[in-house]
Amino acid sequence: MADRAPAGQALATRPFPLSGRPPIGTRVTSVPLTRDENLPADWRDLLALTKPRVMSLVVFTGLCGLLAAPGPVHPVLGFTAVLCIALGAGAAGALNQWYEADLDAKMKRTAGRPLPAGRMTRQTALHFGVGLGVFSVVLMDLAANHLAAAVLAISILFYVLVYTVWLKRRTAQNIVIGGAAGAFPPLIGWAAVTGDVTALPILLFAIIFLWTPPHFWALSLFVRTDYANAGVPMLPVVSGVESTRRHIMLYTLPMAAAAVAPWALGLTGWIYGVTSVVLSAIFLLLAAAVLANRATESKAMGPEKKLFGFSIVYLFGLFAALVVDRWMI
Amino acid sequence: MPAEEEELIRKRQRERSRLLAILLGAFAVLMFAITIAKMTINQ
Repeated sequence: MADRAPAGQALATRPFPLSGRPPIGTRVTSVPLTRDENLPADWRDLLALTKPRVMSLVVFTGLCGLLAAPGPVHPVLGFTAVLCIALGAGAAGALNQWYEADLDAKMKRTAGRPLPAGRMTRQTALHFGVGLGVFSVVLMDLAANHLAAAVLAISILFYVLVYTVWLKRRTAQNIVIGGAAGAFPPLIGWAAVTGDVTALPILLFAIIFLWTPPHFWALSLFVRTDYANAGVPMLPVVSGVESTRRHIMLYTLPMAAAAVAPWALGLTGWIYGVTSVVLSAIFLLLAAAVLANRATESKAMGPEKKLFGFSIVYLFGLFAALVVDRWMI
Repeated sequence: MPAEEEELIRKRQRERSRLLAILLGAFAVLMFAITIAKMTINQ
């Protein structure tokens, strides 16, 4: 598209003399946000603000929570509940990018996002995020029930206020506590159907909560320079590579236990049981390979990259097996 | 204002207006479907 700035190239570098005013809501001056505020944001950039790739995992786990819940759900209401989970995740992503525009500008991985690239004002992102969040919660309340809407609201607020604003720049434990935000979707899906929360959805929450640290620490090991440059206190930056590798193994053990627990407690059938045991064994082997690796250069971090890639397959596999188990047995 | 920039602004406004119209239409259909679904469940 000829009218869009390439990734990383701020519109500020292009000649847009419509007005010389600074952007509305600019918090950090190092961000090259001097785009013209009269130029409406491209809708594709608004879509990018919702982090569609992250949303896919959120939607999938939410859908699985909904499908695994006992009792019938009307297809229209089920669809609406999943739509609300997606919109809520998009809102949280947009507000995260609104707040972190300065950090994103400092990291290669995120410099091409609409805000650091200067393709959108921060005010647009804020309005879009808040509007989408409120809309998703109200619609969930109308289509499902108060509990599902309340948990959705909590998950958005937790991600934005607790993780993004409070923890991310302050502590190396940001991912550990903040991981709870991404663990809510199966709970929301379940609550949308049943109107309550029982042991199985709590275990599903625990699986994602314990999965998040190894998943993100594996990533942060081979992009730690990015995090260090941006001043984000991720574990490899604060405690070092070896300590992070030990922490990955430390969290993988309870994660594997939580993954197998639904079957061990008789809450699911053998399909989920076999899948969880096999996938968790592979995860443990890959975490052991990470623990054994002594490399400090990103290029030699093959085990870390493998673990990161597999961790996504792991979560998809576990939740898919849960649904298959529910519907086949 | 150069014509090229004005055209870019108008183009984006048109695109966003079209998209908004589609989304509002979809929302109306969804609300209708939710209402029917709720009535079916309550019967």
